[in-house]
Amino acid sequence: MKLAKVRAIAVKEYRQAARDPLTLGMLLGLPTMMLLLYGYAVNFDVRHIRLAIEDRDKSAASRDLASAFVNSGYFDLVANLPAGSDLARLTERRGAAAILIVPESYGRDVAAGRTARVQMVLDGADANTATTVLGYAEAVAGEASVAVVRAAGASRGAGAPGGTAAAAVAAAPIDYEPRVWYNPELKTTQFLVPGLIGFILMLTAVLSTAMSVVREKERGTMEQLRVSSLSPGELLVGKTVPYLSISLAATVIILLAARILFGVVVRGSYFDLFVITFIYLVGALGFGLLVSSIADSQAMAFQIGAGTSMLPAILLSGFIFPIRSMPIAVQVITYAVPARYFLVVLRGVILKGAGLAPYGRDIAFLLAYAVAVLGLAFVRLARKEV
Amino acid sequence: MSGAAGEPAGGAEKAAGPVIEVEGLVKRFGDFTAVDDVSFTVARGEVFGLLGSNGAGKSTIIRMLCGLMHPSGGRMRIAGIDVAAEPELVKRRIGYMTQRFSLYDDLPVEQNLRFFGGIYGLRGAQLAERQAWALGLADLAGKEKELTGSLPAGWKQRLALGCALLHRPDIVFLDEPTGGVDPVSRRRFWQLIDDQARAGVTIIVTTHYLDEAERCDRIALMHDGRLTALGTVAELKEVFAGRALLEVTCPRFIDALRHLEAADWVLEATVFGTRLHVVVADAEEGRRRIAAALTEDGNEPFGIERIVPSLEDVFIHLIESAGTRR
Repeated sequence: MKLAKVRAIAVKEYRQAARDPLTLGMLLGLPTMMLLLYGYAVNFDVRHIRLAIEDRDKSAASRDLASAFVNSGYFDLVANLPAGSDLARLTERRGAAAILIVPESYGRDVAAGRTARVQMVLDGADANTATTVLGYAEAVAGEASVAVVRAAGASRGAGAPGGTAAAAVAAAPIDYEPRVWYNPELKTTQFLVPGLIGFILMLTAVLSTAMSVVREKERGTMEQLRVSSLSPGELLVGKTVPYLSISLAATVIILLAARILFGVVVRGSYFDLFVITFIYLVGALGFGLLVSSIADSQAMAFQIGAGTSMLPAILLSGFIFPIRSMPIAVQVITYAVPARYFLVVLRGVILKGAGLAPYGRDIAFLLAYAVAVLGLAFVRLARKEV
Repeated sequence: MSGAAGEPAGGAEKAAGPVIEVEGLVKRFGDFTAVDDVSFTVARGEVFGLLGSNGAGKSTIIRMLCGLMHPSGGRMRIAGIDVAAEPELVKRRIGYMTQRFSLYDDLPVEQNLRFFGGIYGLRGAQLAERQAWALGLADLAGKEKELTGSLPAGWKQRLALGCALLHRPDIVFLDEPTGGVDPVSRRRFWQLIDDQARAGVTIIVTTHYLDEAERCDRIALMHDGRLTALGTVAELKEVFAGRALLEVTCPRFIDALRHLEAADWVLEATVFGTRLHVVVADAEEGRRRIAAALTEDGNEPFGIERIVPSLEDVFIHLIESAGTRR
């Protein structure tokens, strides 16, 4: 392999990219645009849930419960319903997403130390939101019940000493206090940004190399390259290096944008981030070259490239859907999706500030993927006939 | 204009013996035989033309010689090197220019030259020298910064030739280099080809322009994948030796063609525009018999002239006598 020849190709690719605002825009601008779109649109945080309350009890205890919901910050009280309201009509018109029904016996039960039941009606049409709301409601109700029991225990403890106090302590539920590490507010953007980086880099890296090679096929310049004394290795490296550096630049832009727009800070070392991104990109660019050896037109390259890189990177990487909840057959397929490994390491480095050491297996898979696709691309490019 | 700088680096080696040897070359695509048992040799400094209609197999032969395609059978040697065994060694010695002028339209002239020089390993002063030489050859000095795509076809074609010659190849393959180029540019291009041949570069060119074929030292005529004739223009015209070609003009030339085709003393009859070209064994006897036959039909000829056969006559004669194989 001669460095001068590799450089001739790389320089040519840079110059072509620089003269083609569309390609450069796609490589550098598109990632930030996608980050904006996905960052704001794909948001699993649920706030301002419209809550209606049908308080049949109208006691001090029931009012405490209602204010506990409103004060949680998740719910906006939109209506106080009289007893016997048409709940179905209300949800159908989307007047409320959640309805809390407090029965007449609530205050009495609480006062008597019995289990008090309340009912929560949820609009399940949007299942994702309903599940989240249910979680919030359970948390609020749990907190409220702890408060009730504590209050009851304190008042009884003051009245009767000894045995009753012990009973009150026993009656208090386990002090359940969940703590979420690394992303304490469970903000989806924090969680999504690494996934977005994985998916955006995969898409742009695959498309840029695939299109650049197929364009040469379409224009007939590929034939000219084959007749020259250029070796497949020189062509492979010459085509990879420019897009690798452009993609790395795109990564920096995404990270900057993620920091400015979503406050995502890289907690780990930038060197680790560079190493893992580098390995991932080499695999993605190699895959692009492989696609170019299959496709004969730019349109075909775009379809194959986008289909085989974008969809797995979104659906099968754990970016949006957790891999563990997939059917076994699909889980097996995810082992061939490089974004899956990249995401795990990236989340570790960006969110946890972890080093690369705990991710040896994932890095090994990424390396294996890069070597495999580059090897295949080399074999396909080295074929004598086009 | 081109000067001594165009001389190939390996000029000192054996001048004797063919530079290209092709023996029993075959290329099949499935059931279709694109090249069928073709053999020829080309001498150093020769301009060798592959002539034939589209799909005759000319480009396929060139592509196999350049190592772009594997032959299904036969042997090819370039400068004594077996192409199938050592394609990389061969590649360093050949230049190749296709009908599509494979340049980067989105790059300026000088960057195309720099790139093609670069992938042949030219650097520094050597690259600068060859770049200047190619600019001179293409007559593009002063237009280095212009976008290649904006150049007229004739200029692009000369630039493509310059790019193909940057690394001083001994042998240059030109696959229909003048397609879509105006006559003046074509003439100028052929002047460049002649200059190169005089400097010792061997040139193999495919064409379907007969006027271009006339400029070749030797012509191989291809038809349906087969080599139907091979030789100098004069040699090819020899096929008319011992016969006469008569040009007939008459009122109803289609009727005349039907009549003459049926006559057993007519060897061949073809329409050329509104005239007929008729091949007979003897000029005087032929002239007499044609006049008699057509007059009998009430189609009295305006004139019957003996003419020197053109390459087109030769071409048609050879194709017709070869017949169609399929």
